[in-house]
Amino acid sequence: MLPGAGDDPRGELVRPYAVTRGRTEPTRDIAIEAILVTTARGAQEAPYAGRHKQLIAQLCSHSPLSLAEISSHLRVPIGVARVLVADMASEGLLAVYQQSDDESQGERIEMLERILGALQRL
Amino acid sequence: MHSSDYRYPLDPDPTRIRAAKIVIAGGFGVGKTTMVGAVSEIEPLTTEAVMTSAGTEHDDLSGVPDKTTTTVAMDFGRITIGPDLILYLFGAPGQTRFWFMWDQLHRGAIGAVVLADVRRLPDSFASIDFFENRQVPYLVAVNCFDGAPVYPEADLREALTIPPHVPVLLCDARDRESAKAVLIGLVRHVIDLHQRGVPVGLR
Ligand SMILES: Nc1nc2c(ncn2[C@@H]2O[C@H](COP(=O)(O)OP(=O)(O)OP(=O)(O)O)[C@@H](O)[C@H]2O)c(=O)[nH]1
Ligand SMILES: [Mg+2]
Repeated sequence: MLPGAGDDPRGELVRPYAVTRGRTEPTRDIAIEAILVTTARGAQEAPYAGRHKQLIAQLCSHSPLSLAEISSHLRVPIGVARVLVADMASEGLLAVYQQSDDESQGERIEMLERILGALQRL
Repeated sequence: MHSSDYRYPLDPDPTRIRAAKIVIAGGFGVGKTTMVGAVSEIEPLTTEAVMTSAGTEHDDLSGVPDKTTTTVAMDFGRITIGPDLILYLFGAPGQTRFWFMWDQLHRGAIGAVVLADVRRLPDSFASIDFFENRQVPYLVAVNCFDGAPVYPEADLREALTIPPHVPVLLCDARDRESAKAVLIGLVRHVIDLHQRGVPVGLR
């Protein structure tokens, strides 16, 4: 038993559950189009983080990629990619960029105008 | 610059990289993947979501879906707008019964294109109903398959029973310029909705 675990009257019973929650809840928040970029720490540490995480760190070092692209390149379902990415984000190995809920309408319109211009020039 | 900087140049800085997405919806075989491929800078990729019978997403790392799960495939492409802005185009999986998937796919989307085939217009009703209910801005693009009859826009509108402000365009999903025109039409429509103060976005 880990030191201190006996202090909690719920003891070890709650621990596995806490781990499951930690793995599934934050994952819901990563959008399918969220952009992932490997951090300097990720570049250093991901080689020791297992095959999938190492591959994710490599892919997202060269150019920013979305969660969807990671899922596709790793040939794993989007939900599995999301769990791996959420883990890596909480370990500081990946930076996750996605639309924030508090984006103003002005910012939104500015982005739309940029996209419109780019599509017209495509 | 040191050589190590070259290998890992993307240390996250305060600059935000933004992702935007447009969803291409519509019935089975209507040309969704074709349209994504016509404008994407990459060959369309495929990703899968494993859904439980309850309509929620399955994220079990053991990777062994049981018999209560269904795999839903989605195609997508990408257009890099700039170093800090990337537009993704997702072909929506046909089954709107996977509401969880559809919510997740459309949350934060710029809007959606409903691709329709005049010979099978009812196939597009499920998508249209979803977008109307969830306030997802959309337009209808009628994919003009060879040999399919051509109807006046007013007749199409009536058959689709869509509100007058929703644009209806004719397109050829295989043609890059035509697919571009559809996306441009959608973005213009969304900007217009914002400027008129219409609530926009999945609720
Ligand atoms: N003639 C013609 N054929 C088309 C057009 N668009 C698509 N097709 C063909 O129609 C077939 C179906 O197109 P897809 O792009 O795979 O359709 P989809 O909507 O992605 O199909 P699912 O994902 O299976 O629902 C393909 O064989 C296309 O080549 C079009 O504008 N004209
Ligand atoms: Mg398809």
